[in-house]
Order: sequence, then C-alpha cells, then structure tokens
Amino acid sequence: MVQIHNTTEPALQGLAGGPIKESRLAQLWRDIKKSKHYYFMMSPYMIIFFLFTVIPVVVSFGLSFFYFNMLETPRFIGWENYSRLLLGDDVFMIALKNTFLFAVITGPLSYIACFLFAWLINELSPFVRSLMTLVFYAPSISGNVFFIWLIVFSGDSYGYLNGFLMKIGVLLEPIIWLQNEKYILPIIIIVQLWLSLGTSFLAFIAGLQTVDQTLFEAGAMDGIRNRWQELWFITLPSMRPQLMFGAVMQITASFAVAEVSIALAGFPSVNYAGHTVVTHLMDYGTLRFEMGYASAIATILFAIMLGTNMMTQKLLRKVGE
Amino acid sequence: MTLYSRVIGALRPQKRLNRSFAVSFMLFGLLLGFGAFMVLPLIYTVNNAFKPLDELFIFPPRFLVRNPTLENFTDLMVIMGNSWVPFTRYIANTLLITLVGTAGHILLASAAAYPLAKFKFPGSSILFKIVVLSLMFSPHVTAIPNYLVMSQLGWINTQAAIIVPSLAFSLGLFLMKQFMEQIPDALIEAAKIDGANEYRVFWQIVMPNVKPAWLTLMILQFPALWGTDGGSFIYSENLKTLHYALSQVIQGGIARAGVGAAVALLLMTVPILLFIISQSSVIQTMATSGMKE
Repeated sequence: MVQIHNTTEPALQGLAGGPIKESRLAQLWRDIKKSKHYYFMMSPYMIIFFLFTVIPVVVSFGLSFFYFNMLETPRFIGWENYSRLLLGDDVFMIALKNTFLFAVITGPLSYIACFLFAWLINELSPFVRSLMTLVFYAPSISGNVFFIWLIVFSGDSYGYLNGFLMKIGVLLEPIIWLQNEKYILPIIIIVQLWLSLGTSFLAFIAGLQTVDQTLFEAGAMDGIRNRWQELWFITLPSMRPQLMFGAVMQITASFAVAEVSIALAGFPSVNYAGHTVVTHLMDYGTLRFEMGYASAIATILFAIMLGTNMMTQKLLRKVGE
Repeated sequence: MTLYSRVIGALRPQKRLNRSFAVSFMLFGLLLGFGAFMVLPLIYTVNNAFKPLDELFIFPPRFLVRNPTLENFTDLMVIMGNSWVPFTRYIANTLLITLVGTAGHILLASAAAYPLAKFKFPGSSILFKIVVLSLMFSPHVTAIPNYLVMSQLGWINTQAAIIVPSLAFSLGLFLMKQFMEQIPDALIEAAKIDGANEYRVFWQIVMPNVKPAWLTLMILQFPALWGTDGGSFIYSENLKTLHYALSQVIQGGIARAGVGAAVALLLMTVPILLFIISQSSVIQTMATSGMKE
C-alpha cells in the first residue's frame, strides 16, 4: 500500500488562514522529493533486485504465452503451453505428483521438526544449546556434502545400508537403491529432511528465547497444567511472527526440491521416479530450450507456492486460540 | 565449568512448574536420537577424509578411521598441481565471488533496509511487500529470464553474472530491515539534531549497531556462493570455481575416492567454522525475523 500523508501542514495555509486544498498528486510529489535520499540509498539494491528477481518473474509469466526457442523471435500462442502442460504432458503429471508428495511430507515434517528441536534445545544449558544448534543446523550449510548419502545408499555391497542389512541377514544380495523406482522417492525425502533444518530452525530458536518468561508463571497460576498446554497457550502464540516466517521458508524449500533428486537419482531419474516440477523446468529450460513451455512450468510452480503460503498463514492465525 | 558439569546441567531442564520427569526423559531421548541422525554423516565425512585407500574399500564398510593418514590431502595437492589451469586460479575465482558477493550484499541490503525500517515514504511499504513476496520465489522460477538478461548485458562468462544477482538476495534485506527496526528512533533523531545527514547517520550510527545482522547475512550468503559451480553462466575454465574444480576431481572414479573424501571435508569445513564463530550473533538477529500479520 502506498503511504500518502494526508495531513495539511502549516506551511500550506492560504492568505485567508484557511487550508488550500493541495492536489494529492502534488502532495505525493512533495513527499517523494523530501525522501530523495532514501530512494538514493535504496537504489543500488532495488535496481538489482528488480532486474534479477521482479522483472524475470513478470517476463517469465509473459513468456509462458509464447513459443520461444532462443533462436527465433517469440511467437504468441496464447494458452497453448498451459493446455499442453496440464492435459498432454504425462511426465509433468508425474513431476507434479512427486512434488506434492515431497511438499506434503517434507514440508510439515521439517516444519514440525524445526520447531520441536528448537523447543527442546531451548531448555538446555547455554553450552549444550549452542552445540545442539550446530548439530542440527550444520547439514543445511555444509554445501554438497549430501553426496555422502550416495555412499550410504550405494547399490553394491560396499554401500552402508546394503552392507548393514546383509550383515544382519535381512538381505542376501545388495539392492540397487537409487535405480529402483520403489525406493528413489523415500530416499530423496529422507535426505531432504536431513538438509531442511535451516533458516527457520534458527528463527525458532531465537524466537523461543524472546518469549516473555513471566507469562509462564502467570500461566501456571491461571491453571496451565502441563508442558503441552504451556506450549499451545503461551509459547506458540508468542512466536506467531517467527512461525509465519518459518512457514514461508519451509514451504518454498519443500516445493523446490531438485538438487538432491539430481545428485542422488540422476537427471532424469529412472522412469522419472524422482522427477519434480523443478527438474521438469530444468529439462525444458536448459536441455530442450523450449523457453515458453519452461516459463509456463515456472508460473504454475509459483502459483502453487503462493497458494500454499496463503493457506498456511491462514491456518497459523488459529494457533493458540 | 567443566564439560562434564555442563552436560549434566543440560540434562536438568530449567526450573519450571508442571514438568514430568518421564516425558522430559523421552523428549531428550528423541532429541539425542535425531541429533545423531543429523551429525553421523558429517562425522563420517571427517573420518573418510583421513582413511587410507585400503580402509575406504574394506568390507564390511567401517565407520571410523583406524589408521589415519594425510595421504588423501597430499594426493589432492599433486592432482591439482598437475592440472591445466593452476589450482590457485580456482581458489582466487571462488574467493573473488564469495568475498565481493557477501560484502556487497551486506552493504547494499543494509543501505536499502535502513530507509525501509525507519521511515515512511511513498512506495516504502509496497517495496517491502514485494521483497516479502519474493521470499516465496524459488530461484528456479527466474532462471530463464535471468539468463536472457545476462546475455543482453554481455555478462555470460563473467563473474558478474554470479556476483551481481546475489547482491540483492531478498532474505538478507528482510532480516536486516527487521533487525534495524529495533534501533531506537531517539538515537537517529539525536544524530540528526547534531547535524549529521542521512548518509552519516546510516554509516556512523546505524551500521555499527547492526553488526550481529552483518554476520547473519554473511552466514546465509557465504555458503551459497562458496558452493557455487558457476551455474549456467560460466563456461571458461579460467573462470571456474573451486567447487567445480573439486567436483571434477571426484569424477575420476574409484581411484580418486580418497581424494574425493578430502574434497568433501574441505568444502564442508569452511561454512561450518564460519557458523561456529558467528552463532550467537545469528541467533540474536533471527529473534527479530518474524513476519507481522
């Protein structure tokens, strides 16, 4: 919402002492001029931000109505990309199904894990608290170390999981985990969960430390009986702003699964078992150069993320009621 | 305090009413179990880097190293010493991207966050709303138009294609703005009454007060740039990054398994050390990270 000051300032008093009605436009212009230093300070960031984030999103939306292969000039084809994508593309349907599976499983699980572990860590002594914070946060910043999981799920008997299962006698011969459609998705979900305690986890830890401690004493007097009631009636409502932030971060991450899938299951994976909307987007954008089609995929992905975020925020408002 | 008493202290939760010991015990068991799940692959990475080749391929595989050796690291040096582009070149490229990208981001994001946090002017709230909305974009959504913009600017095959977009990472601006809102208005007013202009207030009053937030932006930005392989923008071998060079080493297959383990350890260590150093500042900044309705 654009902020417009509607106060008439003394400097604008007319000769007769009554206020001259200044047009809104002139007033706006005056405000803009007054704030020119602020615009100047923001300009480097905002120019780059618009150039590489906002405009690309708008362009991507526009491109989704064109046929564009980077060589010929774009040709307008209306809704054709969307109809082809939603009605004629079987692989996209697999990708969509996988992405929703990821989001429905890893989204809530990692969100709850972020909160649960932050909540438990918060009760520890300061030294152990920082140690445990590091333990849970480290995987998400350790770069591409998730290829360690390749060794765990390696298809020969040198793989840790195969080696272990064969040693205890569950398996007689190794399972080729990452080439088997049945296992690809669950494995990616496990690794994604391992990686997912990131920014929102830190935000929750920090949020918990700012909860007003006197509320707990007051709550105890008002008849809060156990830690679960304390959690629902005091802790969660006090952290609502952090919970919102965490939700946005986790939802975006859970819909954008791609790197883990590519690193573990390959690109494309066996029978598209690990295919997601983002890998489908990469397929058309960077391999087939069908930019219009890829843009339609991007637009749908963005619409899904936005819709989920709005739904989640509505749900979160009910916390602690 | 000794480590022992610290740990014991940890197991005795804060004095609060209404706590049942059995549930505490169960919950902390849960925490320890999942903590192990998180940390074991990292410990394994560390151990692996010091395993001699025969231990890497032992069957059944062994988790901990028996006879630690630095062989893998010396092998890495030898391979790198023989490569076509000098190894130092990859390091220099990565350092350039990481340092310029991180420092520039902190500076630009702070400069943009200060007016948004402290003043109301035409457009300020809509700009902030767009930034919040863009937290929901996945970078993949913008990948294609970004490529088109880069090629129009003639930035393909330059480091600018990696550095410049990273300067305007939206999470950084968001956290910085939330943190700056805590600076008392009176402090800024006082500086203005003493005759400082907007830029001086920003540089001499606001910036020194948001040091914890600098570290937070750093810990968010650094690992991303440190781990970049140049994406779809950099093709020339001379401009490739450390991460790319190291992943090429691993491509050598089984004979390079030991070197690969050393590489994994190198890539992982830097961001984690950085986080250990900045942890308390990061938590302090995150305390203000909430999204108000």
